[in-house]
Amino acid sequence: MTGERETDMNLTRRGAIALAFGAGAATMLPLRTWAATNNAEELIAAFTGGAATKDGGVAIGAPEIAENGNTVPVDVSAEGATAILIVAAGNPNAGVAEISFGPLAARSAAATRVRLAGTQDLVAVARMADGSYARASRNVKVTIGGCGG
Amino acid sequence: MAAVKPRVKVPSKASAGETITVKTLISHPMESGQRKDKEGNVIPRKIINTFAATFEGEEVIRIKVEPAVSANPYFEFDMKVPGTGTLAFAWTDDDGTVYTEDKKIEVA
Repeated sequence: MTGERETDMNLTRRGAIALAFGAGAATMLPLRTWAATNNAEELIAAFTGGAATKDGGVAIGAPEIAENGNTVPVDVSAEGATAILIVAAGNPNAGVAEISFGPLAARSAAATRVRLAGTQDLVAVARMADGSYARASRNVKVTIGGCGG
Repeated sequence: MAAVKPRVKVPSKASAGETITVKTLISHPMESGQRKDKEGNVIPRKIINTFAATFEGEEVIRIKVEPAVSANPYFEFDMKVPGTGTLAFAWTDDDGTVYTEDKKIEVA
């Protein structure tokens, strides 16, 4: 008899503990939906002055999968570039940063952290010393977007 | 509002012509202007819009910053040390405030 009672009690307790997980994510702001296209191409055109861009000559580094879209490490480098434009093709506002290198910059390279609203392409456009433009892009998968709210 | 505090990591000693890596961070919310408060009003944009580093008046790097740069913006770059001098950093806020930080680099 005693043994049976103990078993019953244990089962009740398990049932009570079973789902202790609550609304931890309740404060998470809902993701907004925005148009698939943004001003990325316009920004690139403004940066290049409408000039054609070639592939190669500029490198953009970012994680393949970013768990937190609020802070995604990104680095860009382009040998002999005077300026590099970074745009996020899937953000509500495509602009990220425009980096210009002065005479004391050792390499045309920089690193920063960016917000990404969701899985998208990051594009880097470099303005070379000879006036030509190079372009590279990289797809980043974002698990949790940098919520705009 | 939390105090805006710049932090930079620069080697204090270098040899002439050496390439050093400079890391900078400034505590700043980088309010994007996309978010809304509980009443549905848009929270006005307030970001660091420009970051610049100059060494003895000569420019090393200048970055035009958009709201897509994360809160507490972090920038890392390489510079060539021409000689002893001061590396000056400046972050310009949307409200016009300029936060500055100076670091001395000594060439042995």
